[in-house]
Amino acid sequence: MTATCTTLLDNEAIRRAITRISHQLLEKNKGCDNMVLVGIRTGGDHIARMIQQKIAEIEQVEVPIGAVDVTMYRDDVGSTRDPRPVGKTEIPFKLDSRNVVLVDEVLYTGRTIRAAMDAIMDIGRPASIQLAVLIDRGHRELPIRADYVGRNVPTSTFEQIEVEFDPNEEAHEVRLLKP
Amino acid sequence: MAFAHKHITSTKVLSRADIDLILNTAQSFKEINQRDIKKVPTLRGKTIVNLFYENSTRTRTSFELAGKRMSADTINISASSSSVSKGETLEDTAKNIEAMDADVIVMRHPASGAPDYLANRLRRCSVINAGDGAHEHPSQSLLDLMTIKEHKGSLEGLTVAIIGDIARSRVARSNLYALKTMGATVRLAGPSTMLPPGLEELGAEVYSDINAAIRDADVVMMLRIQLEREGGSKLLPTKREYAQFFALNPENMKLAKPDAIVMHPGPLNRGVEISSYVADGNQNVILEQVENGVAVRMALLYLLAGGSDND
Repeated sequence: MTATCTTLLDNEAIRRAITRISHQLLEKNKGCDNMVLVGIRTGGDHIARMIQQKIAEIEQVEVPIGAVDVTMYRDDVGSTRDPRPVGKTEIPFKLDSRNVVLVDEVLYTGRTIRAAMDAIMDIGRPASIQLAVLIDRGHRELPIRADYVGRNVPTSTFEQIEVEFDPNEEAHEVRLLKP
Repeated sequence: MAFAHKHITSTKVLSRADIDLILNTAQSFKEINQRDIKKVPTLRGKTIVNLFYENSTRTRTSFELAGKRMSADTINISASSSSVSKGETLEDTAKNIEAMDADVIVMRHPASGAPDYLANRLRRCSVINAGDGAHEHPSQSLLDLMTIKEHKGSLEGLTVAIIGDIARSRVARSNLYALKTMGATVRLAGPSTMLPPGLEELGAEVYSDINAAIRDADVVMMLRIQLEREGGSKLLPTKREYAQFFALNPENMKLAKPDAIVMHPGPLNRGVEISSYVADGNQNVILEQVENGVAVRMALLYLLAGGSDND
């Protein structure tokens, strides 16, 4: 039983996907006046940072950025023998009446997104919540969909998707691992 | 992440990794206390019982808020208003609470070792020691460490002077163990009647001169003179004499490092162990300690009740 590993997105493809998502965000929101980015830890916060930089290049505007850790909101707290490590939620601005763009690396069952939306709603009352993901691998268990997708990848539940980040916390490769 | 403790009765058994995990978890929970709506669903359906055989404002409120802000059900029992006054034993009281499916019992008791006694006798419930006699007060120590770390970045290599009634202080003992584990130097100082023998063997530097203990310290932690316990054995002649020789005041505070912080576990005896000038001065972090207390207790409750029952 040897695991095979395929590259889904290389460095260039990731860059292009981020560029397209950034343009789509600006188009749909007619600019970024009221927009804030909230990345889901860990991984989504780095993708959010890449989108923020791209939007800064395009529009010369720095969109506020925050990070949310959803551990406290998961629907399976208490199902692991040891409690999961809790990361920091850092949203250094008001969410009320803003257009919040949630950012995650991989969209799968949708449970993490549900938890993240609950976390956001506890912190403020945004005008809207949108979802941007680098990879959508299907297998949703909740009625949740992404508004912006880097790449749709049909997968089986046995496979794994790995997003690798370089030391500058930029995603530089997305791999599919088959058992 | 492995947190191998079912109970928190002492800091003596906590490793450096355990303490790091608790402090990091507390940092993550701290943000909740600054929100408009201070509540997360993490411990829904869990039951936490505060069983207090001694008076407390800070610790009990802090544990109660910590539980409530994580959506656990918290219940307070104080000995004076419970069946304890009818003669029920500690073990029976605790077993009855456990029979009602409580997940965590937070206990304060005048007898040293009472939480360990319970921890060995309960089957399912976790026990957190919220102060037992002159033994330990681990959650106080952990909130002290969190506050020191926030100001100093790290605990390694710091010099912490703990001054006052060392003999009867559970705060001093818990801090001594935890600070030593984290690589800090601990100085204990007080009148010789309040310095029990054998402190050096626990790794502390011992001083009967407050000035020597304060000199070049990074942290000066004053302990409360426990006037309510003076009835049993008198350890000090008068409050006034104690204040003259062992109070922290603007003069002796100058001996500490210029960026030293002043701590006190509360409640303050203003004018006895600490002058109001220092207690309210810009080096004091006393209310930050209280603030961090809620976050640390949230972390402890999460680490004990946030996993599955593994027995």
